Amino acid sequence: MAKYRGRGVATINYPIGMNLGGDPSQALVHSNPTGKFTVALSSIDLGQGMKSVTRQICAETLGVPVEDVYVDTADSDTGPHCMGSFASRGTHRVGNAVMAAAREARAVMMDAAAEELEVDPGDLETDGKGAIRVKGAPHRSISVRDVAIAAQFRQGKTISGRGIFLVPLSDVDPETGEMSPATCYAHACLIAEVEVDDETGDVAVLKMTSAYEIGRAINPKLVEQQLVGGSWMGMSHALYETPEPYYPNTREGAQDFNEYLMPGPGDICPHDILVLERPAPDGPFGAKGPGEMCANPVLPAVANAIFNAVGVRIDELPITPEKVLRALKARGGAAGHGRAR
Amino acid sequence: MLEFRKDIFADERDDNLKEIGQPTQRQDMLGHVTGTSPYYDDHRFANLLHLKILRSPHAHARIRSIDDAAAARAPGVKRIIRAADVPVNLNTLLSLIQFGKDDEPSLASDFVRYRGEPILGIVATSERAALEAMALVRVSYDQLPAVFDVEEALKPGAPSVNATYPKNTFEYYGKYDHQKLRFGDVEEAFKQADVVMEERYQMSPIEHAPTETNGSIAVPDTNGRFIVYTSTQALFFSLDTSAKINAVPSNQLHFIGGTVGGGFGGKVDTMTEPLSILAARLTGAPVRYRFSRHEEMQFGSPRGAERIYIKDGATKDGRIVARKVRAYFDSGAYTRLSSYAVVKCVAHVPGPYTIPNVCADVFCVFTNRTPATAMRGFGVTALDFAIECQMDKLAVAVGMDPLEFRLLNAYRDGDMKAHRREAKNCALIECAQVAAEKANWPLREEFRRMSSRAGGGPGRTGASADRARAPAPVAAPRVAAAAPQRVTYDRAPTAAPSPVASPPPPRSAPPPPAPTPAGSTHGAPRFSSVFGTRRR
Repeated sequence: MAKYRGRGVATINYPIGMNLGGDPSQALVHSNPTGKFTVALSSIDLGQGMKSVTRQICAETLGVPVEDVYVDTADSDTGPHCMGSFASRGTHRVGNAVMAAAREARAVMMDAAAEELEVDPGDLETDGKGAIRVKGAPHRSISVRDVAIAAQFRQGKTISGRGIFLVPLSDVDPETGEMSPATCYAHACLIAEVEVDDETGDVAVLKMTSAYEIGRAINPKLVEQQLVGGSWMGMSHALYETPEPYYPNTREGAQDFNEYLMPGPGDICPHDILVLERPAPDGPFGAKGPGEMCANPVLPAVANAIFNAVGVRIDELPITPEKVLRALKARGGAAGHGRAR
Repeated sequence: MLEFRKDIFADERDDNLKEIGQPTQRQDMLGHVTGTSPYYDDHRFANLLHLKILRSPHAHARIRSIDDAAAARAPGVKRIIRAADVPVNLNTLLSLIQFGKDDEPSLASDFVRYRGEPILGIVATSERAALEAMALVRVSYDQLPAVFDVEEALKPGAPSVNATYPKNTFEYYGKYDHQKLRFGDVEEAFKQADVVMEERYQMSPIEHAPTETNGSIAVPDTNGRFIVYTSTQALFFSLDTSAKINAVPSNQLHFIGGTVGGGFGGKVDTMTEPLSILAARLTGAPVRYRFSRHEEMQFGSPRGAERIYIKDGATKDGRIVARKVRAYFDSGAYTRLSSYAVVKCVAHVPGPYTIPNVCADVFCVFTNRTPATAMRGFGVTALDFAIECQMDKLAVAVGMDPLEFRLLNAYRDGDMKAHRREAKNCALIECAQVAAEKANWPLREEFRRMSSRAGGGPGRTGASADRARAPAPVAAPRVAAAAPQRVTYDRAPTAAPSPVASPPPPRSAPPPPAPTPAGSTHGAPRFSSVFGTRRR
């Protein structure tokens, strides 16, 4: 009886947004009279960071500090339509809508600033710190605040913008499946290292090393939160969770979290994550979306690592100790591909 | 530990941005950490009523009679809601995008098709009063044969689950019981393959297990409107579904959401809003309908299970020449969103690999199980599990390192995908290369030099006689960043990476060359930002 270590790998890609498109999102951006901006959405921030991502996209596009942008969302009376927070679509679809709205608002802001400075709007730039200045002559500048006051009270302009992003719905050929499912894809490779106990059938994930290509990391902290959380979820899916352990036989299933097995903090393993950014041509600043895909490579990587460790293939999830032991028994013991510890 | 590889694809990016790429703190962080972010159930109302649902104890039965007279007279009960009270009782979620037929009642009246199907709503002054009244309801059933296995459900003589789709399969394009994919000629290619492997993969249902269960509160507003506080993941999706079921103009409903205690796909189905609104309309009082943990676990829609068969043909030199997929999605008793996931699954076949002959048939199957719904990776997670396990087995069968085998078959810019669109913006090869380097997984030189941006093209698939592909004989030189880019955001770069304890080499790896010295391949130095030390 021994513990065996093994490594397994998986490489995957993931489509961004609803399959076939046809899933619009809208955004409205406007300035208050003193140059602070509000983004109005109906999109839902599930904790994934929708508000933060759209706020940074809006600030970058307007050319103002992020503190001067507030995202108001999830109210159907004030926020325009959004398809919803699913299908890894938030950053890509809503981000693009916000970008379009912010561009329109920026154009008015620059016009208003040009009128105040008596120059051509094309000669102006934002400094990202709350001022608009003449290119090459930074001493000729005006604050966004003063521009907003002038636009509202003197020029009679609304510094505001509307945006929508829609990937047109693709047809599907019923005979061949020809279709345009998505406009861009995120990518990943994950290597899992496991230890398998051939006496108990227990599998411990010791380490993960992964690389994720996500177009552009709008906010690296939020990316990390998704990738770390997703890998936990993938590990849980691979080794722990099910309401019906003997599917398709029905059982009463779990009533609560006492009966529904999930890994705890002690089961979490070190995870080295590398992030690559190959911008999507139609993503906001190239961004795709890491939301869903980060759980996917963990499942097969763990299964493949178990094979590498003890030489058995478990093709039914979750990979419970019972399944490992039965497979080892059928095989006549661990094959010893992995090193016994 | 998170580390950026800004050196790769640097020539495709403008990195001179101010706010993009910053680890800016969340706008709502203060509210979250001080417990002041409002969840739907944080809203308090005088005279709040509570809706509880009587559910079927049987997986499949005909309802003979329902006697709720005693329940209606029970203390605290304000209203019983029956199927006949629901203005538009039959609905399907994707009717909002004109996909599928209405097949699921809000409240069952004649048949129940899964254990837990809603039959009756009881609105009372407290949850306890509603539950005590529920115990007084008498329902008599004729139990019917039930089916729980996707392939059993397709056999002749299987119990018919869903009256709208009596053959137990969702109907595609008015004529097919599944979604097809056809590219090249798989049967011919299997004949030419050196290795043919067919395997079966079975997923399990799983729970979304959100910390906050599904729920909503509907509150009568002035001028005939209703304010609905909700945990939904999709505000207008839920609003429009609720308006349809209640047969009210959509602008009578004012939905407010925004702080959600975990979704993962389990809060798209709009399971509570239509009935909490109906209850508020029938009683004129604010009504809360929230799932107990027991309801969330037992009757909230789970991730459905999929069964996937994959048959592959490969040549001795490691090229996959054909992939055939047959898969069954267990939708449970009603469609909800599984029909959509099937098409997404077909679009994902054959995975991120360039294979000249591909065939798929994927079925959305009805069984007497709790309806399944979307969950993180919907339509793709299961297929990725199956494909990536299959890739590992194929690598062993052809005697290749599993990662090099993937690199050899990885899709590249310009390749033709099985759904007949050109691959663009690929990066699978680069992900594999940097992960291998980081994990000290040995790759031979020719694999370290491959690129997603070179060697691809339509000639790698299609009718070309030469279906086999050269493994990028001339890999384009990796594009080096103009200057090594230092990537830091909030903390100082870490020192040298921790030494990696040498793990065992992968089985069936080729004679390993000297392990790749970390950092040697891509030219630019790397810097890390440590967000915290994970512990076991």
